[in-house]
Amino acid sequence: MSGAPRVAILVFPGTWSERDFAHVATLLGWRARMVWHTEVELGDADAVVLPGGFAHGDHLRTGAIARFSPVMPAVEAFAAAGGPVLGSCNGFQILTEAGILPGVLLRNDHLEFRCDWQSLRVERTAGPWLGGLAQGETISLPISHGEGRYYAETTVLDDLERTGRVVLRYADANGAVVPDANPNGSLRSIAGIVNERGNVLGLMPHPERAAEAEVGGTDGLRILRSLDAWLVAQPALAERRL
Amino acid sequence: MRWLAEVHVSLRLGIADPEGQTIAGGLRLLGFDGVAEVRSGKLLSLSFDAADRPAAEAAVAEMCRRLLANPVMETADWVLGVDESTAIGVHA
Repeated sequence: MSGAPRVAILVFPGTWSERDFAHVATLLGWRARMVWHTEVELGDADAVVLPGGFAHGDHLRTGAIARFSPVMPAVEAFAAAGGPVLGSCNGFQILTEAGILPGVLLRNDHLEFRCDWQSLRVERTAGPWLGGLAQGETISLPISHGEGRYYAETTVLDDLERTGRVVLRYADANGAVVPDANPNGSLRSIAGIVNERGNVLGLMPHPERAAEAEVGGTDGLRILRSLDAWLVAQPALAERRL
Repeated sequence: MRWLAEVHVSLRLGIADPEGQTIAGGLRLLGFDGVAEVRSGKLLSLSFDAADRPAAEAAVAEMCRRLLANPVMETADWVLGVDESTAIGVHA
């Protein structure tokens, strides 16, 4: 790869975290571009981010309408070609609706919207987005969602576990994955998963909101910064153009 | 021909339904001790054109499969009839 990463930040009607991602992109020296949902190509992007929010008002189901947005076939092709994709919060919900990631995010078990800092245990560090973390460490990121209860059939959950695709779990401050630390009733305390190839990460927490010490933490910056080193190590992928 | 489909989307059995559980709790608080379970869902009334009943049935099934219900978590069933009104929202 030559030069700074080119990152496409998708914007749907109702997306609300795109400017936070763009701000962090500036901190990281990325060349970020907002991509409106009616665009049909991603240009020369090295990576794609689906930010949080309420795409299309979350009507019917979270992500249900967004998955049919004109930009989504390009995202699916980009992901299928091994390109790094990150979906946070509503972005995660869109990726599951699109079938790019398995499972679904249901309404929180306590029915409340939960906005707080949340400790997470890092289960795996493979792929473009987690290389800057250490397996087994405890990190802290903001969560902000009403529909974050990860659900999939038992066979799917078992497959995710067996193949090491559960990458983040809700934990207490000591990194213990206990029921009391689960903020939404997610099965197996799942907060983040990756696809089979590992290039697509979906997570309910907001890494873009933890990029400066002044706002409470920088673990999110560590996640997003992971992309730089990964792209350098993947010259063939980085040169791919869609 | 215009058809009216009342589509009922509900969480698949076995998936925790906290909204239904909360409503059931509210009913029991009101003294309806016999309430065993409440399942929540949503009702979608679709007014649409199709040539005949088999075509209308097929259209509803396809709409449910592609958008209205997510089979990972939901099931959909419906009642289909001829739409006698001219616009949705005026059904008695």
